[in-house]
Amino acid sequence: MNYLPKSLAVGFVLASFASASVLAATHPVTGETLADDQTFTYSLLDEFSSADPQIVEDVSGADIVRDLFEGLMNQDADGNLVPGVATGFTTNDAKDVYTFTLRDNAMWSDGNPVTAHDFVYSWRRLADPATASPYSWFAEIMAIENVGAVLSGDASPETLGVTALDNHTLEVRLTASLPYFAAMTTHSSTFPSPEWVVRTSGNDWTKPENIVSNGAYILTEHIPNERSVRERNTMYWNNDATILDKVVGLVINDENTDLTRYLANELDKGTVPSGQYIRLKQDYPNQATSFPRLCNYYMTFNMSPSGPEAFKDVRVRHALAYAIDRSVITEKILQAGQINAFTFTPGATAGFDVPSVAFGRMTQDERNAKAVELLSEAGYGPSNPLKFEYLYNTSEGHKKIAIAAQQMWKETLGVEATLANQEWKTFLKTRGGQGFELARGAWCGDYNEASTFLDLLTTPSGYNDGKYSNAEVDQLMLDARTMSDASGNYTRIEEILANEMPVIPIYHYAGVFMLKTNVKGWPYNNVEQNVYSRNLYKIAQ
Amino acid sequence: MINYIVKRIGIAIPTLLVLIAVSFYLMHAAPGGPFTSERPLPPQVLANIEAKYGLDQPIWRQMFSYLWGVLTEFDFGPSYKYHDRSVNEIIAQGFPITLKYGFWSFIVAVGVGIPLGAIAAIRKNTWIDYLAVGVSIGAQVLPNFVMAPLLIIVFTLWLDWLPGGGWNGGSWQYLIMPVIALSTSYMASIARITRSSMLEVLNTNYIRTAKSKGLPTKIIFFRHVLKPSLLPVISYLGPAFVGLITGSVIIDMYFSTGGMGYFFVNSAFNRDYSVMMGITIVVGGLTILFSLIADLLYAWVDPKIRY
Repeated sequence: MNYLPKSLAVGFVLASFASASVLAATHPVTGETLADDQTFTYSLLDEFSSADPQIVEDVSGADIVRDLFEGLMNQDADGNLVPGVATGFTTNDAKDVYTFTLRDNAMWSDGNPVTAHDFVYSWRRLADPATASPYSWFAEIMAIENVGAVLSGDASPETLGVTALDNHTLEVRLTASLPYFAAMTTHSSTFPSPEWVVRTSGNDWTKPENIVSNGAYILTEHIPNERSVRERNTMYWNNDATILDKVVGLVINDENTDLTRYLANELDKGTVPSGQYIRLKQDYPNQATSFPRLCNYYMTFNMSPSGPEAFKDVRVRHALAYAIDRSVITEKILQAGQINAFTFTPGATAGFDVPSVAFGRMTQDERNAKAVELLSEAGYGPSNPLKFEYLYNTSEGHKKIAIAAQQMWKETLGVEATLANQEWKTFLKTRGGQGFELARGAWCGDYNEASTFLDLLTTPSGYNDGKYSNAEVDQLMLDARTMSDASGNYTRIEEILANEMPVIPIYHYAGVFMLKTNVKGWPYNNVEQNVYSRNLYKIAQ
Repeated sequence: MINYIVKRIGIAIPTLLVLIAVSFYLMHAAPGGPFTSERPLPPQVLANIEAKYGLDQPIWRQMFSYLWGVLTEFDFGPSYKYHDRSVNEIIAQGFPITLKYGFWSFIVAVGVGIPLGAIAAIRKNTWIDYLAVGVSIGAQVLPNFVMAPLLIIVFTLWLDWLPGGGWNGGSWQYLIMPVIALSTSYMASIARITRSSMLEVLNTNYIRTAKSKGLPTKIIFFRHVLKPSLLPVISYLGPAFVGLITGSVIIDMYFSTGGMGYFFVNSAFNRDYSVMMGITIVVGGLTILFSLIADLLYAWVDPKIRY
């Protein structure tokens, strides 16, 4: 330094400061140094169904649509409701009229303002039979005025109970009191679509060359079954807060290849193949992640008149449910943080306290002893063994669980269960037509509330393949709809279910994935895993 | 020859129509439909969707309106699963990819398989023969669903030489592993067929005569041995070529190439009727075309065959 002229030395120092400030952007809140390349690459197990908010029907498609479009309300990292296009909403005492106030700076990617009329158009489009949306039933559970008549074609979509009072005020009229209605507007099927683009481009409007969207990203490339790319939408009202510039979704159909490519640093987020979580957690403790999911795995008895006589005896149902050692299934077979289930509704569900049902409190030895007792009371024993068939959809994972259950029933109870498997759609047809004795079932919540699970076991439910029917359960569920806190009803229903055992709860799902340590902002606490890529960022390593 | 070609095309058209009719009925005979799902759609919603796609019509009418669309407008209909795409678009996107890696696999399989088989036959019962036979048997027993993940582990994870998947317009880095994985077993079959048929030819009287006349080995080989020994290879190559260029679900699945194979298999699971039919027609048409080409080649190679 001594032999440098002073001015030059000062120049060097200034220059290095300047370059440092250009290179090392920092996170505005946490102050972490951000990586230069803000591209996030993740894998999808399958090609997504559509980028059209009113058409998309799969989870990975909804993740993409959530980045491309923004609805009235959003969720934060913990799953709480936060403003989206709407800055807020008001509702009447009956909670059947909602008025949303829209921000005036929301823009479409082509520069048009996002208005209440866009939402009116899109919600009508969702219910319009001409759209034939596979998710139009969502408009029905939103209980928007006249939705039934619109869906059946008896009334025009214009009669739907949604009105733009002015450009920035949207009024929605419901046929039922729905305290959680605003939360439903975080669902992708309620996001706006640009009428002028849908009209001019028709079915091709979601192609990268045509699409206009109002979310933090725009779709810039899409090669089905290979990749899709979304990049920063500079017209997005909150674009300044977006850190991630680009999100790349690669379709990788094989989960082991997926993991290999993740380990080869081709992906920032990858899959944990089944049965490998424990090993990966040991080798990559900061990357392998497991979190509870809003999904259950169960076996359903056929309780319809066509079902086996034996299953009409509650003691038989209890015996079979008790004799399954759930720990063997979760800890020895699945090994990814799944939770033993004694209730139908997962404990992670918001506002649901897992009731302490009797058989959940016992040890497995006690359950086995009780099972033996109940089955012999019901008249089954070595001379007269219980025989039935367990049906599941073809998959290695389900097969392992089926074999384990078959073995447990045999060893503990001397029951002779035969296993049968069918290809997915055939299985659904068989189960839906009550052509089974005991069948596998699983359900993932559509929203974070216990009714999304318990509705399944009500008499009118179209998903109740076991045809279980209990008037008290039906009434409790009906009452729950309009209660501000229905958790008491849900607890009571779970107790009834534990007594009557129309289904055997096996476990509650865990979601597993691998995430690089430099990716921050992942909403681990959002149990629905509604990820908004604009909240993610990569730090420099 | 011309007569023969016209006759074959005359047979091809009804064959294709029978293929379409049988596939159409089989497809609809499978339980469930494109919109069967774990959460059954409310009847009204399902009715709206079925009306939109014409699935509420009797099957014979669906088939005729489908055929009409195919014949008059070359329109294979919309995909029921990938709502943003038509079947034409799916085939237009997937087929060139499949064609490219299939074509290169064919070149590699033939380019390596025939010389390997020929060398083994000429140097019968020497170490070269044992090595060639060993390699081809090894390649045959290593199925591509084992080979594909192994290649990715070696070349992507360990050596970091090649991308682990994707297509990227088909640039060569993305082409190498799919071509190796796909061509290996074909290469092995070609080598073994070539070897055994060449051994047979080498043992014939006319080759013995050629040798006793004192013809140089090179001339015997290229003029008298090669052509007749390729006959069984050619009859194998026709269907093999179609198999290669119409896609492999394994290659598409492991290398995320976006080719037609995965669409085809998946369409069956999804009951995506129109995609399934579209690809069936393309594959069926190509199979008929290439078996015709193989038969014509046969006539060129074997003077005993004349049409």
